Amino acid sequence: MNKTVRVALVALLCVGAAACTKKQEVKPQQPAPEPAAQTQAPVSNGKYTPADLTTDACLRQRVVYFDFNKTEIKPEFQQIMACHAKYLQDRPTAQVRLEGNTDERGTREYNLGLGERRGNAVSSALQADGASASQLSVISYGKEKPVCREHNEDCWSKNRRVEIVYTAE
Amino acid sequence: MIKPMRKLSSRFALILLAMAALLAGPVAAQSLNVDIVGGLKTATPIVVVPFAQQGGTPLPTDVADVIRNDFNRSGKFRALAKSDIVEQPSRGADIKFATWRLLKQDYITVGRIIDAGGGMLRVEYELWDVNKQQSLLAQAFTAPAGDLRGVAHQIADQIYQKITGVRGAFWTRIAYITAVGLGDHTTYSLIVADSDGYNPQVVARSKESLLSPAWSPDGKKIAYVSFESGNSNIYVQDITTGSRQLVESHPRGINGAPAWSPDGTKLAVALSFAGNLNIYVLDLATRKETRLTTNNLAINTEPVWAPDGQSIYFTSDRSGQPQIYQIPATGGSAQRITFQGQNNAKAAVSYDGKQLAMVQGNGNVYRIAIMDRSLGDQVRFLSPGPLDDSPSFAPNASMLLYAATDGRRGVLYAVSNDGLVRQRLVLADGNVQEPAWGPYRQR
Repeated sequence: MNKTVRVALVALLCVGAAACTKKQEVKPQQPAPEPAAQTQAPVSNGKYTPADLTTDACLRQRVVYFDFNKTEIKPEFQQIMACHAKYLQDRPTAQVRLEGNTDERGTREYNLGLGERRGNAVSSALQADGASASQLSVISYGKEKPVCREHNEDCWSKNRRVEIVYTAE
Repeated sequence: MIKPMRKLSSRFALILLAMAALLAGPVAAQSLNVDIVGGLKTATPIVVVPFAQQGGTPLPTDVADVIRNDFNRSGKFRALAKSDIVEQPSRGADIKFATWRLLKQDYITVGRIIDAGGGMLRVEYELWDVNKQQSLLAQAFTAPAGDLRGVAHQIADQIYQKITGVRGAFWTRIAYITAVGLGDHTTYSLIVADSDGYNPQVVARSKESLLSPAWSPDGKKIAYVSFESGNSNIYVQDITTGSRQLVESHPRGINGAPAWSPDGTKLAVALSFAGNLNIYVLDLATRKETRLTTNNLAINTEPVWAPDGQSIYFTSDRSGQPQIYQIPATGGSAQRITFQGQNNAKAAVSYDGKQLAMVQGNGNVYRIAIMDRSLGDQVRFLSPGPLDDSPSFAPNASMLLYAATDGRRGVLYAVSNDGLVRQRLVLADGNVQEPAWGPYRQR
């Protein structure tokens, strides 16, 4: 693998991923292609394959975050909706479980409802982008499965989420 | 309003130590703390003299101690500390009333424990009015040594009722959920314990979340939600035999928030198999589900029956934020009943239907509030927040249990209905949450 290709690959993997930090001295030589082309394995027909779930920068993003007591999908997550919907369209046997979660504020049973509502919002968005309802299931854990346990907004924002879990690829 | 916590007086520090010492015994999994919050001047002073033991081996339980702790927790009584009990009569005839008048005590309890043979003990006690020098109660219980705490709670109940006119609720049980361990290694347990947190027994255990325990009106069963099979399902478990039934398990959506009808034949539940989370009534004999709420956009959950069985209170966010609504138990239109505070959820109802406890959220502060339906729906706060949850009334409504967050840890509080006395129940390791106070026990 020559240097140009390697740099381009790193850059491609970083597209859309918030955690990536840019290195100053190297820049990609060409603009980023469409998400569907962001694969290591050559794809003949432009369709996603299961390998893309581990390599594609967009498909690797499996968490959608929400504002407090809100279920609207924020604009920055539309791209994730689109690529997962495309994957589900490309792979009709693929199955996804959408796990809705909330922050710790409010009662447990109400938060079960809120987590489900968020899961349903993601399900609707995926269907609007072409996924089939039969490929999607929603489960709510409410505030039972926090990823962060501090009592502050920074932590709460990490817990208000829907996790996209592939149960069949 | 809740006043700031007062520094513990030496007298209560002693109680604390006495309780800590007791806890080194069989209940090593838990520890208890007593926090006293203001207002004690209004409590009735009472002496509970250590009960004399006549023969036999040393007993596992200090009966007078258990009674004193019950009284102090109630907020209605202030029991003279053991160290201040200068004389120890065990019969009414031996009481020197002048001594107790000098110590400004209104009532005195004396008693003795007699070996009744065959492993049984006879516990006799008397309650006297100090000022009138009059006998108010003279009763006896016969029980095995292992049940002395139960006897003590029953004595406390009888004295409480004699003096206040209200049935005591010390001889009752509580249920709660514990979560021990972190992340995927968390173990959840449904626990049943005495009302003071002693004698905890594991009813159910799961690697996945357990929540929303609800006592059947006869105190024999608990309905609860378990995620053990993946999704939320509702079980009804007999706490004596351990046998259980899966009563709600729609594969799609939430099966949650069980609440028993006052006659014990039905459960109100929250189900979303049809798409939206709504309240249903499940007939336990026929398994027929009747949908109660018809709203198709809002979250409708946390049902609880009014004591007359005619209506059901529940939480709904149909107006934007969660609020408490009331609907006839046979269906009909729902009326919103909470209008104070940004949001209100998880109602609990007192035995007489006059008081509604709930979680009120304002900004990031969630406190237990009581709305008095007999006083023009006046609202007062019972807890300081910031993340209080799950209020539950004692069967006589004199006290409530609720869950709180203390640092990173979930703890329980028992609080007197006036909010003046609070007791904290902390698990030695892990979180304790979702308390539910059981009904009166039958002898």
